[in-house]
This record gives sequence, structure tokens and C-alpha cells, in this order.
Amino acid sequence: MCPNCSNYRSIVASHSLAGGSLLSLYSNTKLLLIFIQAQIIEMKKLIIVLLVFIVSGVAASAQDASALIKRVKAKLDKVNDYVAEGSMKTDVAFIKAPAGKIKVYYKRPNQFRIRRSKGISILPKGGISFNMSSLLSTESFTAIPTGESIINGTKVKLIKLLPNDENSDVVLTTLYVDEANLLIRKTNTTTRENGTFEMEMNYGKFADFGLPDKVIFAFNTKNYKIPKGVTMEFDTDEPAKQNMKNRKGKVEITYSSYTINKGVPDSEFK
Amino acid sequence: MWQLLQIELFKIFKRPRTYISFAAIAALVGIIQFGLKLDGNMYIEFMLRDLSASFSIEGNILNGYLVCYIILQLLLVHVPLLITLIAADLISGEANMGTLRLLLTKPVSRTEIILAKFLAASIYTIMLLMFMAILALFVSMAIFGTDDMLNLKSGYVVQLKSSDIFWRYVCAFGFAALAMLTVASLGFFLSIFAENSIGPIVATMSIIVVFTILSTLDIPIFNKIKPYLFTTQMIGWKGFFDVKVNAENEAIVGSIQNVGRVLQAAGILVLHIVGLLVASIVVFKKKDVLS
Repeated sequence: MCPNCSNYRSIVASHSLAGGSLLSLYSNTKLLLIFIQAQIIEMKKLIIVLLVFIVSGVAASAQDASALIKRVKAKLDKVNDYVAEGSMKTDVAFIKAPAGKIKVYYKRPNQFRIRRSKGISILPKGGISFNMSSLLSTESFTAIPTGESIINGTKVKLIKLLPNDENSDVVLTTLYVDEANLLIRKTNTTTRENGTFEMEMNYGKFADFGLPDKVIFAFNTKNYKIPKGVTMEFDTDEPAKQNMKNRKGKVEITYSSYTINKGVPDSEFK
Repeated sequence: MWQLLQIELFKIFKRPRTYISFAAIAALVGIIQFGLKLDGNMYIEFMLRDLSASFSIEGNILNGYLVCYIILQLLLVHVPLLITLIAADLISGEANMGTLRLLLTKPVSRTEIILAKFLAASIYTIMLLMFMAILALFVSMAIFGTDDMLNLKSGYVVQLKSSDIFWRYVCAFGFAALAMLTVASLGFFLSIFAENSIGPIVATMSIIVVFTILSTLDIPIFNKIKPYLFTTQMIGWKGFFDVKVNAENEAIVGSIQNVGRVLQAAGILVLHIVGLLVASIVVFKKKDVLS
């Protein structure tokens, strides 16, 4: 039994003993109203206290998220530039491409270029040149923590990055941050121009620099069609058509070596 | 037989019309190469417009291998007409000039004469194709350079590694030789029935034009008869420029998407050649040359 309720009952009991029936009813109602008002004031206080707790909690979490991002960024900032070698596999429903060797060039803050060592390169527009350093190169975003998850057995924190610049191509980025190692394990980015894409990173010997050994880049593709009258093709394409259902494209880059902070000329990015 | 073949080759290469074909091919290939060199990027942009919407493509896209593919695609429809000019004239031309009777008085069998003439027509056809290959492939490689080749098909794109292309062209030209020999056999067969060259040349050209239109029209009612037309099989050379993919959708270097279908097309063309040649021998053996 709550203490307020027992107070109310004792007050009502004393008044009932003291007065007549009509007077008693009037005073009882008045007392009830006083009691309800007191209860409302109590509840308001409680709500205010709760709100203060929640707001301060969220602010503290947001601060934690920003601090975590800053720590990750500080790790990535150890790399001013790099030249990486590796191989690239393209898995798009309407493209039959062989795996090829590539060279990747990066220079702070956001210069990034993938070049196929030999032959023609077909790369998804915009998104593939997206890398963690360039994403975090600007301070103008708001970090919001949204929970925790597990990726390949590693506990990660989910942080949503909202760019403060209204004209930014990136609308929203979700980072899956491995707090223990200060590594970004996965990102999910929505852009205005190039749709939504997902990057999954696996780390190995270059984890100290925040550089992945393997990146899997997934993106949505548009339709591809040329009229048969133009191509005049021989009818051997039936088996290939069976693989055309999946409209999600994937590019897998496996890095074999990094040359870090040895300088990269600007001409490599032209 | 060897002497007969030499005589027939001499007859073919003595005529000015034989060189019309070589000149026409040189002119056509030159015009296409000139056009593509000047304004080829517009053509490539048009062909890649769907792909460029989602992807950025870097490299020497308009290279010698792709230019050769474009040339073959355009010319292999028309080269049969040039081959017909010679093949459909081999018997009818002799009949027209009155030399056929004289020829048959020689102590050689009619079968040998037919075989020698057909072999001569085949040599001419292969020489024409080799000439075309040199101009379309090697000259294009010299002008446009080399790189991977993007084969833009109606439903998908095939990227062929530059090191994986040359053998495909060797096979493609071999297949094209079969296709052109089929045309030569048809013209040769029809030439047995006529007393002048115009008839069999026009008849062969008409058959090729009608069959080609039926082969390219994508109308359901014609789709049923398409496999029976030799013109449908003639574009089988394109089959060499498609590759298989593995479970991860990665192109397998050195593979052909549908070898069976390409071999089937080649087999149908060989059957046409053999059938028309045998028919030519049978008909010619019974032909009355006294009329």
C-alpha cells in the first residue's frame, strides 16, 4: 500500500467521524481533488527526472560514439598515402569478366584510384572509390549509436553517421565498428547519386593501420539491354540468362601488399 | 587433278572481276576503320550507354580486336555476295562462252572437272577471307592498338582478356571459311543449271538475302524455320567470343560458352557443303552439254 493512499484514508476517516453526512461528502470530494493534484505534481516531477536521465544518457552515448569515431579516425590518419596491389573479382549478373590484378592508389584526404594492371576495368560508379579514410575525413557529421551486433564472431558497435552538410552525396552511413581493435568491419551507405552500397572488410597483417586485406563491395545494378537487331547475335546465350536474375552486384578486392607512406604522385589520380 | 586445279585457278585469277571482291573488301574495311578512328567513341558511347549508367569503364575499349569484330559483323553478311560473283560463274560462264563442251572432250572425268572447279572456288574464297583477316585484324591492331575486348551482347557483356582473343579469331575465321564455302557451293550448284552467269549469281544472291532476313527477323513464326536456314548457322563464328563462368560468375579464360552449339552449326554447314557438292557432281554427270 502506498504511503499517499494510507494518508488519504486516515484523513477521510478522521473527517467522517467529526462531521455530518452532507458536510462529510463535500469535504471528502475536496480532499480527493487535493490528493489528485498532489499526485499529478508528483508524476510531473518523476517525468522530468526521467527525461533528464534519458537526455543525459543519449548525450553521453552520442559523445561516446563520436569519441570512438575519433579514435578510429586517428588510427586511419597514421596512413598518409599508400599503393596497394591485389586482385579484383567482379560478380555482376550481366557481366562476364575474368579476375584481374589491380593497383590501388590512395592519398589523404580523399584521393582514391583503382587501376587494372592490364586490360579494361569495369567498376561500379562512385561507390568503389569510397573508403573509410575519405568518409571520416570530414568532421561535419553527427554520430548516433544504434546498438551492438556481431560480425564474423566479432562484437561490433553500430554507429549511424548523418552528414551535417545538406548537399552531401552521402545521405546516411551505418558503421559496424570493432571497438576493441578500432576497426570498421562493415559499412552500409546510402547516397543520392549512386544508390545504396555495402562494404565488408576483413583485416590481417595491415590491421594496425586500419587497412583491410579483403574488401567485398556490394551494390545494386540497373538493367542492361541492347536490341538483338544491333548485336545480331548467335543463339548461344540461353545458359547465361539463367544467372541474370540477381540484380545485386559484387566486387571483391583482395590486397596482397601495401606500400604505406612512401608518397604517391598526384598524376596517379588523373 | 593438280593440273586441272592450276588451270581453274589461272582462269579465276585472270578475270578482272575476281579482283573486284578484293578491292571492295579493302575499301569497306578501310572506310569502317577510318570512320571508327575519327568518331568511334560516339559509337562506343551508344553501345555502352546502359553499362555506363552504373559503371565507369576504363581502358582502350575501341581497340583492334573490337574493331575487327565490328568489321566481321558488318561484312560477313555481304562477303557472300562477292563470293557468288565467282562461284556461280564457274560452270555457267564456260557454258556461256561455249568452252564447256571443249573442256569435256579432254580425257578427264566430269567428277574431276567439278572437283577441280570447286577446289579452285574454295581457294579463292579462303584467299578472300585471309585478305579480309589481314586487313580487319592485323591492320586494326596496328591502328587501334590492343587491349581486352568487350563483346556487347543483347543481354550481357563479355570481357575477353587480350591474351585470350587471338585464338578465337583463328577459329572464327575458320568457321567463316565454312560459311563462305557453303555460299560458294550453293552458287556453284546453281551454275550447273544455267547457260549464262547472271541467272545463278542473282539466284544465289536472292536466296542469301531472303534467308538472311528470315534469320535476323525476331518474329515467332519465323523462329521455327530459322534452325533449318544455313544463314542462321553462318553467324556461328560469334560463339567463339562468349565464355563460360564459374560458380562465382567469374569468366573462365580459354572457355567457350556453348561449344556444342558452335560445332553443331559448323556441322550443318559442312553437311550443306558436302550435300551441294555431291548434288553438283550428280547433276553435272547427267548434264546434257550438246544443247
